[in-house]
Amino acid sequence: MMKAFDTLVIGAGPAGIAASVTAAERGRLVGLVDDNPAAGGQIWRGGAHLPSTARRWLDRLEASTVERLHGWRVFDSPEHGLLQAERTGAAARDATISLRFGNLILATGARERFVPFPGWTLPNVMGAGGLDAMVSGGLPIAGKRVVVAGTGPLLLAVAAHLAARGAEIAAICEQAKAGQMMPLALHLLAQPGKLRQGVQYRWTTRHSRYRTNCHVVAAHGDDQLHAVELRQGQEHWTVECDYLACGFHLIPNTELAALLGCRLENGFVATSELLQSSVPGVWCAGEPTGIGGVELSLLEGRLAGLAADDRAQEAQRLVPRRRTALRFVRALKSACRLNSQLRTLADDSTIVCRCEDVHFGSLRERESWRDAKLHTRCGMGPCQGRVCGGATEFLFGWQADSVRSPIFPARVSGLAESTGSAHIDSNNLKETV
Amino acid sequence: MGERPRMLALTIDGVTLEVAPGTTVACAALLAGSHTRWSVTGEPRAPLCGMGICMECRLTIDGVHHQQSCQILCTEGMQVTTEGGLSAP
Repeated sequence: MMKAFDTLVIGAGPAGIAASVTAAERGRLVGLVDDNPAAGGQIWRGGAHLPSTARRWLDRLEASTVERLHGWRVFDSPEHGLLQAERTGAAARDATISLRFGNLILATGARERFVPFPGWTLPNVMGAGGLDAMVSGGLPIAGKRVVVAGTGPLLLAVAAHLAARGAEIAAICEQAKAGQMMPLALHLLAQPGKLRQGVQYRWTTRHSRYRTNCHVVAAHGDDQLHAVELRQGQEHWTVECDYLACGFHLIPNTELAALLGCRLENGFVATSELLQSSVPGVWCAGEPTGIGGVELSLLEGRLAGLAADDRAQEAQRLVPRRRTALRFVRALKSACRLNSQLRTLADDSTIVCRCEDVHFGSLRERESWRDAKLHTRCGMGPCQGRVCGGATEFLFGWQADSVRSPIFPARVSGLAESTGSAHIDSNNLKETV
Repeated sequence: MGERPRMLALTIDGVTLEVAPGTTVACAALLAGSHTRWSVTGEPRAPLCGMGICMECRLTIDGVHHQQSCQILCTEGMQVTTEGGLSAP
């Protein structure tokens, strides 16, 4: 199957929704592709509980002419102007689609960074956003005891969401020291919207202690989690719990941008002020340009949508607002800087690469990401280093090497259709029946 | 909120389970057991990221292997099997 669009948008989170709605305003043919079953991305999940901004944008998307392709995952770009996507979901076995485009807007969002510690592979140890997503997807949380840990404003948001659904939040542990978070706190004070939200979150979680300079040391359990060991300064104690929601801020999803040849800068997609990447006709909006949250994602989505629709003047008018908002990106980055003590949590027997069960001990002697891949299979499993890459970047300072097609494991039948795909990495192939 | 939504029935490793509409297959698997797969060295694993990145939730759904079950909603009559079954590695 083949579809062609004037503008194709990848990712249906806030940035992608704003980009696609804006790019379609003057009648251009716009497509919006996302691997999840519904629009909203990771932040606007869970129907009934959405904030009014989310509902407004989802309504605008609904009323627009944008063609929505939910449940499709882009895995390859066999030639310029062409992407291949595969149907997620069981119903459509072997369904692959070719997507032609004039302009492309990448709004591929971010994922959590994970830092390995003993016991982090136990069932019921999840990301902070991870547990939140699972609860939105139907996991019962009422009456469950949850420790929320890691770093970033996401912790409080997740704790509030889980508490509102009846979870008992046993502790909220922020690894940063209070002083490190001051610039972020000051920034929030100047932003009534964000401040109000923060106060609401804290009110919902008022029965739980919010500790700074506090982090997980280990998770304990046999076949699943039953307790978490925590440390704050010299203090050291164990908390029994059903779930640990633990994430260390976000890292951008840049695999597709890298595959297309877009230049990355410090791990993010480098863009012009109008969000054009280094590849002509390819724009980027939202978290892959810098972790900045929903408001900035919406702004960047609109900006990229205007730019891709040849409305550079209108786009230019949003540039000063974006420049101001980028201060939040910097404040957030500095608040979420990871304490170097977290590098000492993993011992030699701690698994770092969960796909291939590669231990910290066997990685310690390796020199680089590539060296580790070749000698230990670290990063060679189905997640393609999306989890352990963020971990080894922090633990060893390794940078992932170039991205290869397919960027997600794809079925062999789909790969065969993906003509011209010269560099298929056999390690990334899924088994077929 | 009005009437309770009609529940969906699916099977996980042959065991029938009822879930509310909107439930992901990964959540259904956790309702049926405590994990979704065995790691290459035989550890039980369950979803980590909840958003189609970590692949810990991969399951066979209606005969199609290696599906990221956290991104797929349960449907009536769906047949789900975990890697090697829920009971033993």
